[in-house]
Amino acid sequence: MHTTGTAMTRRRIFAVLSASLLATGLAACGNSDTGDKGGTGSGKIVLGFSQVGAESGWRTANTNSIKEAAAAAGFELKFDDAQQKQENQIKAIRNFIQQKVDVIAFSPVVESGWDTVLKEAKDAKIPVILTDRSVDSADKTLYKTFIGSDFVKEGKLSGEWLVEKTKSATGPVNIVELQGTTGSAPANDRKKGFAAAIAANPNLKVIASQTGDFTRAGGKAVMEQFLKANPKIDVLFAHNDDMGLGALEAITAAGKVPGKDITIITIDAVKDGMQALADGKFNFIAECSPLLGPQLMDLVKKVKAGETIPTRIETQEGTFTQEQAKAALPTRKY
Amino acid sequence: MNTLTSRLSQASKHQLFWPVVVLVGLLAVNALYRPSFLGVEMKDGHLYGSLIDIVRLSAPLILVAVGMTLVIATGGIDLSVGSVASISGAIACLHISQQPDQNALSVVLVALALGIGLSLVAGTWNGMLVAGIGIQPIIATLILMVAGRGLAQLITSGQIITINSSPYRTIGVGYWLTLPVSIFIAIAVVALVSVVTRRTALGVIIEAVGGNAEASRLAGIRSRRIILLVYVICGVCAGLAGFMLTADVSSANGNAVGLWVELDAILAVVIGGTALSGGRFSLSGTVLGALIIQTLTTTVYAMNITPQTSLLFKALVVIAVCLIQAPAFRAKFTRRRPAAPLPPPQATASGQDQKVEVPA
Repeated sequence: MHTTGTAMTRRRIFAVLSASLLATGLAACGNSDTGDKGGTGSGKIVLGFSQVGAESGWRTANTNSIKEAAAAAGFELKFDDAQQKQENQIKAIRNFIQQKVDVIAFSPVVESGWDTVLKEAKDAKIPVILTDRSVDSADKTLYKTFIGSDFVKEGKLSGEWLVEKTKSATGPVNIVELQGTTGSAPANDRKKGFAAAIAANPNLKVIASQTGDFTRAGGKAVMEQFLKANPKIDVLFAHNDDMGLGALEAITAAGKVPGKDITIITIDAVKDGMQALADGKFNFIAECSPLLGPQLMDLVKKVKAGETIPTRIETQEGTFTQEQAKAALPTRKY
Repeated sequence: MNTLTSRLSQASKHQLFWPVVVLVGLLAVNALYRPSFLGVEMKDGHLYGSLIDIVRLSAPLILVAVGMTLVIATGGIDLSVGSVASISGAIACLHISQQPDQNALSVVLVALALGIGLSLVAGTWNGMLVAGIGIQPIIATLILMVAGRGLAQLITSGQIITINSSPYRTIGVGYWLTLPVSIFIAIAVVALVSVVTRRTALGVIIEAVGGNAEASRLAGIRSRRIILLVYVICGVCAGLAGFMLTADVSSANGNAVGLWVELDAILAVVIGGTALSGGRFSLSGTVLGALIIQTLTTTVYAMNITPQTSLLFKALVVIAVCLIQAPAFRAKFTRRRPAAPLPPPQATASGQDQKVEVPA
């Protein structure tokens, strides 16, 4: 049994050092701390995480990043898959509260309806971190921080690239848009950001916009009809890679060459999407990085240590052209 | 005798008359909006056009709905078809993705066998719960609807499995005699089911079980066995649909494949004129119902109805179809136009006709 002093020093070191360095050393440290930690048995930091589901390759990469980063940081991760249902997620969070985990993190399925369960977590003095998607609660003290991508920015970057690419175009440029799930934050925000950016050039016009539910089958079925209804489509803007990949099949079946006859812009940069970009079938991808695991684990440590953290943290991400995709592909994790 | 057969043919014509009117109406609206909607051209040696898309995309729904028709005819319901489709597509894609040569025909055949095998197990499970243990069908199949999604996720490890197998792809997007392969598969299954149910006593037995399971048991029909059988058939149909759905995009997404297809299938059955209470069923009505639903979906895309209003649009069309189909509703309008109440026809009217005409 260590004295409290050593334990505290240890904990301070533990907060400062990066996750990867501690991968092995932490377990021993945690075990020896069992006495004064309380509540968690093994002494490790226990993180309860409730994931939306596994609706796309992006989400899977997100899940893997969180699992790997938690393992690397030596946390005990209680992972729950909500399968796209808010009630499952609320149940999972209540379970986490009952199990007295140290920190709760979750990606909200929808934006509203979280006040009650977040209040329960707050009353139990368990800090909550939102990842990837936000909630619309008026009381911002219900959660510590929101780490995730800026969807408006992703749409804006896509639009700005298109404006730059088509600045020499004299005639109208016809754009079709494949929206994400109707009403979801990424669909709303990416649409908004893209529309704002292309307003800079009056030649750029969105002639058709329809939801493909973020799935390949949806993107394909919608694109098939777009191609038949609109003889001249110059640009496709898809709110995620998967819909773009589905649309590729429809474009090929229509006898057009994706990436040449129709310029394709997508968001996310998952492996299959990056491959399509490197193969010249896509033209531009704005990254929406799912690899927020390490950043999240950092925040968990800081929150647990009682440090103050900003209420909004953006994930680190960039954009890719075809050449950049070719260069980046071999080292991509997802 | 002669009047009886003519009445029968009239009645069957009558039953499909309104679904056909709705389908033609939907296509006409599309054609008015954009005349080229009905146009079909040759491209890469096969037909190409919105109509072909509708036919291709409705194939999996037809399969699921045909199985559902038999289940509903026995007075049951199968909510698990979407999950079963997902499981079967997932196991097939998983097997293919693990092989070195994904284009080998033997690989694809094994994959299909695995998928069908799991669908058989799923259908038998549902049938055992309903017929063997006597759980209400909506609850019994709800179990697999929820658990099956999880199982599909387990098979795919929560990933989207992307495959590159041209024989498997053929099931979803291939063409034969210039038409989509998937529709031939659907037609073959429909033909098989209708021969088995209509050329043998099976169809009548199913209807008898749906009309009154206890009475049919007393009449010597093993109703439990019949109920088990229809759930197995329904499971296999769903499994076949799972192949088409995954082959369409050459990938298996445990979460999205066949999501909500059970609702579309039930709707197709009802639009086709089969009552949810069981008894008489109409396979051709179901096929029409499935075509109507797929046309509706394609219409939303083709006319670019905004996503926010498309669900409302679909709901309005479905309500209209159901109302038009209901004899009681139609009677309200037809009653006023002929001034005098029509005298009953010379042949003794069936019970349903009397119900409609007596109050007039």
